[in-house]
Amino acid sequence: MKLIIKTVTKPGSTRANKTGAWRSFMPVFDHKLCSKCGICGIYCPEGVVNKLENGYFEPDYEYCKGCGVCANECPKKAIVMVLEGK
Amino acid sequence: MRKNMVVVEGSYAVAHAVKVCRPNVISAYPITPQTHIVEDLAQFVADGEMNCEYINVESEFSAISALIGASATGARTYSSTTSQGLALMHEALFNASGMRLPIVMTVVNRALSAPINIWNDQQDSISQRDTGWIQLYAEDVQESADMTPQIYKLAEDEDVLLPAMSCMDGFILSHVYEPVILLEQSLTDEFLPAYDPEFVLDTKNPMSFGAFADPSTYTEFRYKQEKAMGVALEKIEKIANEFKDIYGRYYGGLIDGYVLDDAEIVIMAMGSIIGTVKDTIDELRTEGESVGLLKVRSFRPFPTEAIRKALKNAKVVITLDKNISIGKNEGALCTEVKACLHNTDNRVPVIGFMLGHGGRDIPINIIKKIINKAKLVEKGIFIESEFADLREDLA
Amino acid sequence: MSLLKPGHRGCAGCGDAFAGKFVLDALGEDVVIVSPTGCLEVFTTPYPESAWGVPWIHSLFENAAAVASGVEAAMNALGKKNNTKIVIIGGDGATFDIGLQAISGAFERGHDITYICVDNEAYMNTGIQRSGATPLYASTTTSPHGKVSIGNPQHKKNMPAIIAAHGSPYVATASIGYAPDMIKKVKKAAQVKGPTYVHVHAPCCTGWKFDSSKTIEVGRLAVETAMWPLYEMENGEVTNVRKIKNRKPVEEYLKVQGRFKHLFTMDGKNEGIKKVQAIADWNAKHFGLE
Ligand SMILES: Cc1ncc(C[n+]2csc(CCOP(=O)(O)OP(=O)(O)O)c2C)c(N)n1
Ligand code: SF4
Ligand code: SF4
Ligand code: SF4
Ligand SMILES: [Mg+2]
Repeated sequence: MKLIIKTVTKPGSTRANKTGAWRSFMPVFDHKLCSKCGICGIYCPEGVVNKLENGYFEPDYEYCKGCGVCANECPKKAIVMVLEGK
Repeated sequence: MRKNMVVVEGSYAVAHAVKVCRPNVISAYPITPQTHIVEDLAQFVADGEMNCEYINVESEFSAISALIGASATGARTYSSTTSQGLALMHEALFNASGMRLPIVMTVVNRALSAPINIWNDQQDSISQRDTGWIQLYAEDVQESADMTPQIYKLAEDEDVLLPAMSCMDGFILSHVYEPVILLEQSLTDEFLPAYDPEFVLDTKNPMSFGAFADPSTYTEFRYKQEKAMGVALEKIEKIANEFKDIYGRYYGGLIDGYVLDDAEIVIMAMGSIIGTVKDTIDELRTEGESVGLLKVRSFRPFPTEAIRKALKNAKVVITLDKNISIGKNEGALCTEVKACLHNTDNRVPVIGFMLGHGGRDIPINIIKKIINKAKLVEKGIFIESEFADLREDLA
Repeated sequence: MSLLKPGHRGCAGCGDAFAGKFVLDALGEDVVIVSPTGCLEVFTTPYPESAWGVPWIHSLFENAAAVASGVEAAMNALGKKNNTKIVIIGGDGATFDIGLQAISGAFERGHDITYICVDNEAYMNTGIQRSGATPLYASTTTSPHGKVSIGNPQHKKNMPAIIAAHGSPYVATASIGYAPDMIKKVKKAAQVKGPTYVHVHAPCCTGWKFDSSKTIEVGRLAVETAMWPLYEMENGEVTNVRKIKNRKPVEEYLKVQGRFKHLFTMDGKNEGIKKVQAIADWNAKHFGLE
């Protein structure tokens, strides 16, 4: 196989690296408590809390590192961090 | 004097050569003896004779850094510096080469401090040997000017893409008035194609430049740079011939010989000292001495094969170095020539002489003294390497 | 989706990642980003990957402002500038210390660039060493507290004032704890012609030693205690400040961070906290925060 080393790299290509594997706590979103304010979408450092069609929010667990910022910032306490694998 | 020749300062001839290469961005910081080149260029821009951005930076470090940004954006770029300025750029020189940005820079060779000294030697560019830049050395003003479009063509070649230094000796070439042919715009446009790289900083194709490479990929970046130097080695000769076809002038490719074929004593050197060596040889030849010259035009890439071939019949090789690797008691050319012969059957003695530091004059009698010393080898007295012209009252 | 893509190697809860994301949220696609060496640069571009969805270049630690100058000049020369913004995102070390000369040159020359300083108050990428942005008494790996040391002995340098003194038409401070405010200021900085500056306070959970979930909260506490005043300057004059309703004592900010823990346990602790409180009081008075 020919080794192709270019000095440039492709945009957004870190997506190949699924950082969800880093997580030890997992944010779980309770839509019953949610007011759809969108704060969790702003305050995710990975930019992976997405708005669903029904207006609620859910993280992309493939990349969520489990930092807990979204849960800390949610004004409705609608996000709880639960230990992975439980 | 030929009809289309004009008498101009060396710096002007080079600045004019830069102008006809149509760089998009120039960035430089003044330092003697480079100043006249960047002043002449500033005047061209001020007079509307050049359509380019001229960035007056606050240091050489920013000069080269600005060109890294400009080159990555797709611009043809130019700077010139020397000595302390080149040393200040050191870190960024590696960076430009590693990113494969074909920045072109005229190095107006000068000694390094301390003690501070503004005159010529080649310690500055030699000390940047391993930064991954092409380094060509010119013998006279005309070659310095003519080297400019050649080095752009070489650096920007899509299989090369390496930054390049065109080296000319400070004062000796930069401040001398000589009859030269100024490069014609029409011929240069014919000779030098536009710079059109595959990847640039572009919002429509948003690539990332300058990523972080770990041990699993870093080696191959270096390997590719080395391969590109290998390509440059082949193209230097080709480009020199293309230049000859269009402009009618030729200076050799990687190396050039002067009464070399039958010479038993071969002197090797780079830069303006070549002129004095030729004059010395002319004198000695009339006296029946078998002396010849091997001029090294390209120091990086180093022309190992070409030198091996050229030294096939030599009985003694003398290297002249306007630099020193302190602690090795040898100049760089000497070390490299020895290394390039080591794995061959050619056991010709290579004797190094270091001279011309800090601008000390190199008259014909010093070259003759050197040749006589080297000839002692025939009597079994071997000198490894030494300073050619020490003042006994100070040494 | 954000133009700063996931999969990057920033610590969970990283303040620099927030800053990078908010900058791109503010600027959109028509931008070229220049990053000096530092956490954000390293964790977003492990070869052959890149988290950046916009053109991006990293050269060295100390030359980003000069590289950006060259990008701008080249775009002008090649007729490609149009409305494209050239934006540097650099750490506090790259900005306050090693890169200051290149910044000064670029601002003096008046390039149309925007410089965003992402200030996490130390050299994080190399392991939490102090910088010119490290606040008084913070414990870092090169300004540790100890038997005869109360932590970093120097005050944080007033970087926005230094930039404003260059005649920059727009200088602002911002915090990742106030995303809409930060995004507004970054947008404005990019729109104003000439060299502009936004100084973003970006708490680093790893370096400041607090739980990763508190990054935004700590950022807000800095503002609520007047440790990090939010203001805008136009042509050298302060034209807008964010008022604080009930200013909190600095203890509330200090006690949640491991880098200040020693202030609460060592002998003569009150003296240290008092000196930090004096900084906040000065800020409140100087900028009229209350
Ligand atoms: C010339 C040079 N000196 C030192 C370093 C090592 N170095 C790399 S990043 C860094 C610190 C970066 O600090 P800052 O700018 O605050 O960014 P942060 O990582 O904190 O976000 C240092 C010291 C370097 N890369 N180059
Ligand atoms: S922050 Fe909380 S309340 Fe707001 S949208 Fe997210 S989950 Fe719902
Ligand atoms: S835990 Fe952190 S990474 Fe995961 S969704 Fe929440 S804010 Fe994003
Ligand atoms: S050390 Fe701090 S700034 Fe660096 S990646 Fe971790 S959290 Fe971000
Ligand atoms: Mg920092």
